[in-house]
Amino acid sequence: MKKSIVFLISAALLWSCGGSEKTKSTDSTAIVGGDIKIDGSSTVYPISEAFAEEFQKENNEVKVTVAVSGTGGGFKKFIRKEIDVTGASRPIKKSENEDAVKAGIEYYEIPVAYDGLAVVINPQNTWVDFLTVEELKKIWEPAAQGKIVKWNQIRPNWPNEEIHLFGAGTESGTFDYFTEAIVGESKACRGDYTASEDDNVLVQGVAGDKLALAFFGYAYYKENAPKLKIVPIDDKNDTNGKGAIAPNESSIIDGSYQPLSRPLFIYVNKASADRTEVSAFVNYALQNASILVPETGYVPLTSATYVLAKKRFDTKKTGSVFLQLESTVGVKLEDVLKVE
Amino acid sequence: MAKKLRKRMSHKHTKRLKFYETQDSIFKYVAMSFTGIGIIVLGLLLFNVFSSGLSRIDWDFLTSFPSRRASSAGIFAAWTGTLWIMVLTTLIAFPIGVSAGIYMEEYNNKSKLSNIIEINISNLAGVPSIIYGLLGLEIFARAMGLGGSILTGALTLSLLILPIIIVSTRESLKTVPYSIREASYALGASKWQTIWAQVLPASLPGIVTGVILAISRAIGETAPLVVIGALTFVSFIPTSFTDEFTVLPIQIFNWVSRPQIEFTQNAAAAIIILLSITFIMNGIAVYLRYRWQKKVKW
Repeated sequence: MKKSIVFLISAALLWSCGGSEKTKSTDSTAIVGGDIKIDGSSTVYPISEAFAEEFQKENNEVKVTVAVSGTGGGFKKFIRKEIDVTGASRPIKKSENEDAVKAGIEYYEIPVAYDGLAVVINPQNTWVDFLTVEELKKIWEPAAQGKIVKWNQIRPNWPNEEIHLFGAGTESGTFDYFTEAIVGESKACRGDYTASEDDNVLVQGVAGDKLALAFFGYAYYKENAPKLKIVPIDDKNDTNGKGAIAPNESSIIDGSYQPLSRPLFIYVNKASADRTEVSAFVNYALQNASILVPETGYVPLTSATYVLAKKRFDTKKTGSVFLQLESTVGVKLEDVLKVE
Repeated sequence: MAKKLRKRMSHKHTKRLKFYETQDSIFKYVAMSFTGIGIIVLGLLLFNVFSSGLSRIDWDFLTSFPSRRASSAGIFAAWTGTLWIMVLTTLIAFPIGVSAGIYMEEYNNKSKLSNIIEINISNLAGVPSIIYGLLGLEIFARAMGLGGSILTGALTLSLLILPIIIVSTRESLKTVPYSIREASYALGASKWQTIWAQVLPASLPGIVTGVILAISRAIGETAPLVVIGALTFVSFIPTSFTDEFTVLPIQIFNWVSRPQIEFTQNAAAAIIILLSITFIMNGIAVYLRYRWQKKVKW
């Protein structure tokens, strides 16, 4: 009786959602039993949640759980073998990889989406048309602390008024990536800006301050677009798109919005992936990511990239492709995965 | 009378009296306005939460699991988890905390050791909650192998509120007049009989109030539970204390930080539910206090 009600409700839900909701199931038969423990980055959480939610619906005997410990915290639990899958907003670090090897863990590295970092200003700000990476560096580098405090210090024809900076807190992967991409060194940044781990706070800050400049996740810009103004970024590298480019789905996906778009990953323990429910989950995720990722506000990879990632998983290729590269700034996933 | 008195006093004295009167009324208004600030802030908070969250609360919201779509997401796993944690924490913390309080107040002789214990318990009440989370992670989750289960969460939160329970138990035991104990001894009762039949019943309203307030604090905690590995996405309700779980504050925290405004509304709705649980708990505390106090007759 209870089951039939649940079935009716879910059927009704699916019906009301219409055609866009068709996800591909990996197997016609549902998997019986098992646990899948997911943890990791709060940035990747909405994506893991979407995968878990849909996978759970089709395999309701499997218990999928997702926790949020941050990218670093997730890797720690991953290396202690407490979880099967961890979400990461940056590739695994060399030190983390060494710890994993020591603990006898092999893992699959699976890119799932792109996340853009948006540089935004208040809509009343009429003078900023675009910013170059060099200008952003001048604003955010540690040496700018207490010195670069007015708009006209960035470009002389901009007004002689204070610049109010807002950005991600130092504990977030967003902060790590922004500093690495702009200043050139992870975590190198001036300290005299309004920092918050909660991007919604930054949105409020910029929306109410004509002189503000901020960076945060692209999804937060998209949700609050009427209250904000996006700043196109020029990386002075014409090979990936000429001039200043604003972030949007297509510029993030084709790699022309550089250097402020980054890949997001899930890492899967190889021993866990030998279990049917985990491998089914990974396959499900890769097959449905292009439908599920946009719903969470992130940008999906190209379908060719998903195919490449799936091929790596199917052929049991473990390890990270980023250990040699030092950085993911400006890296095109498709090229990296093809080389392997 | 006062007028006559004032007339008889010298001019200087009258002046001084007037000064004291104005001083008094100034202090009264300052204190009143500060009380007002607290109430206004609470009012604004409630208005804000209710205006954005109230419309979101319906049966589906209470009986659905988390979802990437804000409109179909619910707090079923979160409020059942909170309920589990609440009951289990009470079962663990109540006997331990009250016994410790009775021992320290009634049996403990004033020695150096007891002084050290006392100071430490007062200090423990001021330790940040995340520290208890780390303790719980190492001892319960890892060393004892309980993992991120409800039991680990309840044990950790019990540790967190034990100092509060012990202190409030001792305070309410202190309110029982010593003459009651002496009367009991005079009638030939033993120490145990005195405590069990006289002291405890008389102090029970205070003890229970303290415990309930401590539990209300425990169910609002997020940090220690995040540390021990409480989850965020759970699509089953816990059926035993070894199950993994999530609680309302974690769900709220997660929704508040999402980019979509609809999730913020969900968070407001979940806050209303959490507030209701806290209010109900406090209501029970007030009621019990009122009822049991009437029973105590000396």
